[in-house]
Amino acid sequence: MPTIYIDGTAYEVEEGKNLLEACLNLGLDLPYFCWHPSMGSIGSCRQCAMVQYQNEEDTRGRIVMGCMTPVTDGARLSLQGDTASEFRESVIESLMLNHPHDCPVCAEGGECHLQDMTVMVGHRDRNYRGKKNTHRNQYLGPLINHEMNRCISCYRCVRFYRDYAGGTDLAALASHDHVYFGRHQDGVLQSEFAGNLVEVCPTGVFTDKPLVDDYSRKWDLQSAPSICVGCAVGCNTSPGERYGRLKRIQNRYNQQVNGYFLCDRGRFGADFVNSESRLNFAGVRQEDGSDKGSYKAIRADDALSEVAGLCQQGTVAGIGSPRASVEANYLLRRFVGTKHFSNGMSDVESALVNQILETLKNTRAISPSIHQIESADAVLILGEDVSNTAPRLALALREAARNKGRELAAEMRLEPWMDAAIKNLAQDQYSPIFIAGVHENRLNDIAEAGVSLAPDDIARLGFAIAAEISGGRAIDAVENLDADLSALAGTIASTLKAAKNPLIVSGSSLLNSAVIESAAAVADVLSNEQENVFLSLSVPECNSVGTAMLGEGMSFKDMMDSASQGNIDTLIVLENDLYRRAPSEDVDKLLENIKQLVVLDSLDNATLSKSQIALPTATFAESEGTMVSSEGRAQRYYPVFVAEDDRLASWQWLSELGQVLGLSGFDQLEHFDQVEQTCAGEIPALSGIASAAPDHEFRNRGLKIPRQPARYSGRTAMRADVSVHEPKQPVDDETPLSFSMEGLGVGQPSSLMTSSWSPGWNSNQSIQKFQDEAGGAIKGGSSGVRLIESGQSLGDGLNAHTRSVPTAFHPSDTESLLIPVYRVFGSDELSSQAPAIAEMSGDAQFVISSESAAKLEVVDGDGVSANINGVEVTLEACVDPSLAEGCVGFTTGMPGTESLVATAVGLIVSLRKADSWQRRKPQLIATDNPNAPTVTNQQSLQSGVSHV
Amino acid sequence: MSEQQLIQSDIALSAEEIQQIDAELAHMPQKSGAAIDALKIVQRQRGWISDESLMAIARYLDMSPEALEGVATFYNLIYRQPVGNKVVLFCDSVSCWICGCDGVKQKISEKLGVDYGETTADNQYTLIPVPCLGACDKAPVMMVGDDLHTNLNNEKIDQIFSGQVSTTASTTESTAESTTTSEEEGS
Amino acid sequence: MNNSLIENSTTENPLIEKVLTRNIGPDLKPTDMTAYEANGGYRALHKVMSGMSSEDCLEVIKASNLRGRGGAGFPTGMKWSFVPMGDKCSPGHKYLVCNADEMEPGTFKDRLLMECDPHQLIEGMILAAYTIEADRSYIFIRGEYVVAIERLEQALADCYKKGYLGENILGSGYDLEMHVHTSAGRYICGEETALINALEGKRANPRAKPPFPQVSGLWGRPTIVNNVETLCNISHIIDKGPEWFQSLGLGEDAGTKLYGASGHVKTPGCWELPIGTPVREILEKHAGGMADGRKLKGFLPGGGSTDFLVEEHLDLPMDYGSIGAAGSRMGTGTMIILDNQTCPIGMVLNLIRFFAHESCGFCTPCREGLPWTRQVLEDIEAGHGRKEDLDTLLRQVKYIGAIGNTHCALAPGAMEPLQSALKYFQSDFEAHVEQGCCPYSRPLENQRGEST
Ligand SMILES: Cc1cc2nc3c(=O)[nH]c(=O)nc-3n(C[C@H](O)[C@H](O)[C@H](O)COP(=O)(O)O)c2cc1C
Ligand code: SF4
Ligand code: FES
Repeated sequence: MPTIYIDGTAYEVEEGKNLLEACLNLGLDLPYFCWHPSMGSIGSCRQCAMVQYQNEEDTRGRIVMGCMTPVTDGARLSLQGDTASEFRESVIESLMLNHPHDCPVCAEGGECHLQDMTVMVGHRDRNYRGKKNTHRNQYLGPLINHEMNRCISCYRCVRFYRDYAGGTDLAALASHDHVYFGRHQDGVLQSEFAGNLVEVCPTGVFTDKPLVDDYSRKWDLQSAPSICVGCAVGCNTSPGERYGRLKRIQNRYNQQVNGYFLCDRGRFGADFVNSESRLNFAGVRQEDGSDKGSYKAIRADDALSEVAGLCQQGTVAGIGSPRASVEANYLLRRFVGTKHFSNGMSDVESALVNQILETLKNTRAISPSIHQIESADAVLILGEDVSNTAPRLALALREAARNKGRELAAEMRLEPWMDAAIKNLAQDQYSPIFIAGVHENRLNDIAEAGVSLAPDDIARLGFAIAAEISGGRAIDAVENLDADLSALAGTIASTLKAAKNPLIVSGSSLLNSAVIESAAAVADVLSNEQENVFLSLSVPECNSVGTAMLGEGMSFKDMMDSASQGNIDTLIVLENDLYRRAPSEDVDKLLENIKQLVVLDSLDNATLSKSQIALPTATFAESEGTMVSSEGRAQRYYPVFVAEDDRLASWQWLSELGQVLGLSGFDQLEHFDQVEQTCAGEIPALSGIASAAPDHEFRNRGLKIPRQPARYSGRTAMRADVSVHEPKQPVDDETPLSFSMEGLGVGQPSSLMTSSWSPGWNSNQSIQKFQDEAGGAIKGGSSGVRLIESGQSLGDGLNAHTRSVPTAFHPSDTESLLIPVYRVFGSDELSSQAPAIAEMSGDAQFVISSESAAKLEVVDGDGVSANINGVEVTLEACVDPSLAEGCVGFTTGMPGTESLVATAVGLIVSLRKADSWQRRKPQLIATDNPNAPTVTNQQSLQSGVSHV
Repeated sequence: MSEQQLIQSDIALSAEEIQQIDAELAHMPQKSGAAIDALKIVQRQRGWISDESLMAIARYLDMSPEALEGVATFYNLIYRQPVGNKVVLFCDSVSCWICGCDGVKQKISEKLGVDYGETTADNQYTLIPVPCLGACDKAPVMMVGDDLHTNLNNEKIDQIFSGQVSTTASTTESTAESTTTSEEEGS
Repeated sequence: MNNSLIENSTTENPLIEKVLTRNIGPDLKPTDMTAYEANGGYRALHKVMSGMSSEDCLEVIKASNLRGRGGAGFPTGMKWSFVPMGDKCSPGHKYLVCNADEMEPGTFKDRLLMECDPHQLIEGMILAAYTIEADRSYIFIRGEYVVAIERLEQALADCYKKGYLGENILGSGYDLEMHVHTSAGRYICGEETALINALEGKRANPRAKPPFPQVSGLWGRPTIVNNVETLCNISHIIDKGPEWFQSLGLGEDAGTKLYGASGHVKTPGCWELPIGTPVREILEKHAGGMADGRKLKGFLPGGGSTDFLVEEHLDLPMDYGSIGAAGSRMGTGTMIILDNQTCPIGMVLNLIRFFAHESCGFCTPCREGLPWTRQVLEDIEAGHGRKEDLDTLLRQVKYIGAIGNTHCALAPGAMEPLQSALKYFQSDFEAHVEQGCCPYSRPLENQRGEST
């Protein structure tokens, strides 16, 4: 370990770091802007200046940029000396020449890195007498606000957006002190990672638009550690609340999972918590002759006894949900009995998730964390469009692609943080990524090769690769494989074999078990030869894995059969819209065959409107629970604020029901920890969840952990219209967190970090104060616990594969194979209820090939109809020239296609042009189209001038 | 997601432009490498780079309009606003300044009725300042179109622009930058 | 012809051996292939292609003590020796780039060499490329040099025809492509790493070093960037040997140099003289001394980004070491003369305005600091200056002026005239502030008044 001397003190530092990292890791405050732990150094802001001396005799030294200077043994440096301090102050003073003095009205105020750094260098007085440059701002869509006047040109936005996240529609424009970061014209930012600009920008240029429209300061936000419910990746979040409203989602650093970044579905989709269609009170259905009926609000107690009454009359069955917590599912299962419990997935989905679970348990490959995925040096993606089904994972794959550059750099002895140098060196060379999908996706730009194939053919390619790798030993060659594919299989096989950390990505989204099996086969034969083989399998929902781990219960079909035989009197549905799980006729029939339906859910939906009794549940933001991500990582989320009105966490409703009914053991299931521990004790696969986070008795040096920051203001003022007396803060008996600012929020385990703050570091950049090294794990370890350890069962992994290689798909001239297509905005049930996401998502579509489009004589935006299972479905056409031959896609989970994913898979349909169709008016500013009537910039813009 | 499709623009690249761009591409390992050349080629044909031209080039080079805009707005000699038939590149660098270019500039402005960044009413000339033209021993100098004019004085300006009647200029904002930056009172 | 460049550039002096300008007559006619070859052109190329190895060439250039003529004066042979050669280089292209982006205020030498003797440059480039085993080469030339571009294109076509370029040059087995790239205009493109970005079709932000272009430059491959004048010397050195080249210089430095003078001197122009010729000789003998009625106040020895020198420095030899020791830089060797009737603050303001506009906008001190400096100078020049403004300027010089404080050398270069003006012309600054106006009457017309 090199020793460096800073202002006369000797420090041991890690090799291969730059001086800025070294200082931060030592806990020293060195201001910076352009450097980012995930993006490395470019040396543009010149803020991290230090003085380096040549030797002990050298008293003048010279200014060096900390972020651009490697640590060297014996280096003599000054951080505090006048030369360095004065220079750093000059830099801030320069940045302030044009920066508006609008902190009071700036959404970044109070968590602004520029504010922090300004205070840190001690700059105060303005010497510049000139005018400030001002810019016109752009309309960037419903998610992000643009206020260019605040820009300090650190280049972080474009480095993140373009270089890191692969976006194309944001760039640095113009030059000298007119540099401008924006789009070519006003319009919606196209990257699904745009929201990270809010956190990446060290000042208030890019801000969270929904937050700005319903604004609170960071110091007035109550936060708790949470987990994103947008998909199965399980990103860690820090939601912020005030006035009973979820104001925003901020990234919560977890080195193993999301690191510093989230996707926009996660960041902006959580707004469903504030939806108008939230249920506030329990309701009893009153028949009013209409189909829907109406509901009479009843007191929670009465609702409980009503439900208890129903449950005493005959058999009760329960349907759980992959979007509800492990604990809520467990309690429902316990409440209705294992025999009468279904996990709430569609039958197709349930089989696939179980297959995945079994695969991960039995394979010798590692189920990698997102962080491990970033270390892959060769990737094969079979069938999964991760950009839309697991976006954060797609971002990790982009990072993996850059490993090639790091390799080249290492050969030239360049440090891995020399970002620009590596980029210049590598140019467009990436670590190999091979993609077989039903259509091209947003990762194809960095792919070494991509093919569009029907699902069965993807599986065949996968098996062929496995056969190549095993040299025909473990897996038989795939018959009748087309010569091109065969050659491709050979290339992929040798590339994967040559890699140090090969990664196979697949998942359930194509609803094709052979695809998953082929991915597993590749991983397994690779594991015969290599140690670090990664197999990442995506599943549909935030807790699909956790729910599946409860064990197989009744299938949907079992449930239907049972009901039709009159064996179910009362059905309790937990946080699940059955109309997304089975064809509506089937659901209707099921509901007709039972006597009563009780639904616990947070938002209105089709199933809920059929219930006799509806119980309003808390969302992830108002309750605690454990979810298991696709990696197999169990993670705990905590209530950010107390659920209003009669909302209760699902587990609580069920616990109380059990108690009202006097069910055995339910007196011991009164508290969350009891439920969770009982579940862990009873179900071996889930035994680990107890260690996902500390229990409610945990105290941080004797104190609870505050959800509110120390400067939380206006406890009395915020209710002044009601009473000027300070209300008693709600008590939290279930967790180690408190609903107040009292307590100790420093030094707790990372699973209990509510938000990130440190003296002098008010922005999210304060995270470095909680790490041993920049970009490393939070002190004390990354939160969450892995429930599936790889390579556990070293048994004969290969034989586990039945190797049922499907036959090749033969496209027909007249009909097409129906396949699901996913949209990051729109396919997910809950996030689609967030207004900003709804604005992004557009309508459901049939995705058709260019040939089909030509044959049907339709273009983008026309209507296309198909008869699916006897139902006429008409959707907008989206022409995708890359679609596999003979296929037609439907966008899943959107109005009009909700249940198709459960019902219409593998069907052959014939398409025709819709008889009558009203083209949708373009909702988004279509300024990319030169012929479009100009929706003029000026009108849609906010005023571009800030008065300072 | 709501991917906006770029709708084919009517203003495609001409065969001649494509041929010239292809010639440049032959020297480039990456298509985007010819960005500046392509902008210059199209500008030579069309006088300036309109949004439509920019998008046509971007499409041809497989670049996003943003990436190409970043390049186009970086360079002084790519015009993102219409210019006159000829651009007057007036050197206002140090040697020319010492030798009195300010007065010559004033003369041109009077003669043509334009200031920097403006185009004459008859669309003949756009006046733009340029860094040192490398002819300092004959200062002051300027280029009108492709022609260099040296040792400028008032008479010469009269000769060069003889026949030009002074009228009010059309209002073109700044010169080569699309990002308009105006000045606002500071505090 | 409109762009006849330098009428006064050919002051005959039989004692001085003309090397780079030997083909350039008073009429400034371009030298075509026939004329060039008739005067010994491509002799060096033949010599090398029929038996000299790259190592041989490198040794000759190293021994010649040739230093870069682009401004920094880095020894050319040493620069070339950093290029990985033979098996030590990973497979792929290597590049030689000629920096013909001449845009340094007050600099007008490369234009002359390219317009009047394009083959001299091309021959030098072929030899340079051969020495570093490059197979691709570019001439990166500013777009305004219309005539030079045309003539270089013509010369290149002639070379391809004669087999001096392309595959298997003169049967040697060596292949080289050469291409003219015209810039879209920006001073920063002259900075070699920014130039590389511009060649890649990108925004011309300079790159951080390391890695140096010699190992990772154009498209990540080994690349050498040299100035036009530097490259023009190569064929002569190969042809006549390093000792001859060394003998041309008057002092420590080797070879000849294109010197120039602009401003209010009697005969502004550009002359090839032995490197190390005293300033006074250039100014008084070649430039004819100050224009009538004007006195020397100071001069920038080598373009707009060099420090002012004054009368006391007139007897210094114009070479890297002497000018450096006096606190300035020889830079491009083309002097800008400040006379006693021209306001030094106005002149510095003009330069700072240029540099502020030409900043690429990448790093803070340059992007923000230069416009600030410009604003202060504008105030002073307009008579709104305050006493404390001088401190501000001193602070700006300290903040922006040191290499390393900024990402590239543009901003420190921009500070050089200002910092030296503050030293030599302090009383002028004070007078502006005290009198509340500029004490100099601004020159509003070309007072030299010649007509061509
Ligand atoms: C801002 C800036 C502008 C420059 N402009 C030029 C130029 O126009 N021409 C040139 O030859 N060198 C220029 N240089 C110097 C080059 O970076 C580089 O040092 C030179 O081309 C190397 O060639 P040489 O070794 O032959 O001198 C410039 C440097 C800087 C920092
Ligand atoms: S330039 Fe470096 S130099 Fe600046 S942070 Fe940015 S962090 Fe540093
Ligand atoms: S200063 Fe104008 S040509 Fe050089």
